[in-house]
Amino acid sequence: MAVEAKVDPMHQFAIEPLFGSNSWAVAGHNVAFTNSALWMALATVVLVVFVLGGLKREVVPGRWQMAVESFTGFIDAMLATNVGPNGKKYVPYIFSLFMFILFANFLGLMPLGLFGIHPFTFTSHFTATGVLSIMSFAIVLVVGFAKHKLHFFSLFVPHGTPVAMIPPIFFVELISFLVRPFSLGLRLFVAMMAGHVLLEVLSSFVISGGNAGPILFAVAGVPSFVLMVGICALEILVAGIQAYVFALLTCVYLNDAENLH
Amino acid sequence: MDAEAAKLLGAGLAAIGAGLASIGVGNVFAKFLEGALRNPGAADSQQGRLFIGFAGAELLGLLSFVIAALLIFK
Repeated sequence: MAVEAKVDPMHQFAIEPLFGSNSWAVAGHNVAFTNSALWMALATVVLVVFVLGGLKREVVPGRWQMAVESFTGFIDAMLATNVGPNGKKYVPYIFSLFMFILFANFLGLMPLGLFGIHPFTFTSHFTATGVLSIMSFAIVLVVGFAKHKLHFFSLFVPHGTPVAMIPPIFFVELISFLVRPFSLGLRLFVAMMAGHVLLEVLSSFVISGGNAGPILFAVAGVPSFVLMVGICALEILVAGIQAYVFALLTCVYLNDAENLH
Repeated sequence: MDAEAAKLLGAGLAAIGAGLASIGVGNVFAKFLEGALRNPGAADSQQGRLFIGFAGAELLGLLSFVIAALLIFK
């Protein structure tokens, strides 16, 4: 039998500098233009093209304008139900956040490998999702303290808490508040990474099974392939749900900052 | 048992958490469907809460994946 070719499921997450930008540096820090940055830029370009295509403001919208408007309407309704009338001013932020993550997830799933271009899902890196979640958390803190001043701390003591229970409840609520940016970024990054590792592992079963001969291919390769097609569909669903959950939880946190509770 | 074997065993044990989270996610959607079929009129307005519950249940399973990945790769 030939040398066993080992498929490394983690290789797809490797960050590499592109276009010889390896030595770019600002104040001693390497700022190379990586594949991660390239796909972020691509997601932004695709998103801008998508939105610009729907800005014709026709009275009877065409298909494209209808697609963009259904997305903005969706975000608008999400903020209206979760934050209320005060949430209107966050529509641009939540819309950008949701669409950026959605486009990033979908671009990473595109079967462009057939044409020799290997998509990179930057949402599968905690550095990228962590910055997005810190941005949401920073907005919550700034809005909360600007609007309610030090009264914002009443967020940590729910109404009707007995006096004896205030210190432990305050402590628990404070921890759960401080964990939010971490859990928000972690959820998106792990969900995307786990899905991509799963696809890679299943594809390695198909390839190794095919190399091992017709019997193993029929026993292991073909079922793995069928499963992989199913998991691909599931991943498309997960890409949408994770973008939705990120935007939704940001709305819920903004509601705390706007209205306390 | 050397440290490497113990790490891999620990990573395998962490996968139990992923299975338990799947029960949790199943429960979230099952209960939602149960309620939604009894009162379809109220179902659409509760979708946000459905996904908040889903996100909470799912996060704990994803944490077990993180622990497994840390044990294997670190």
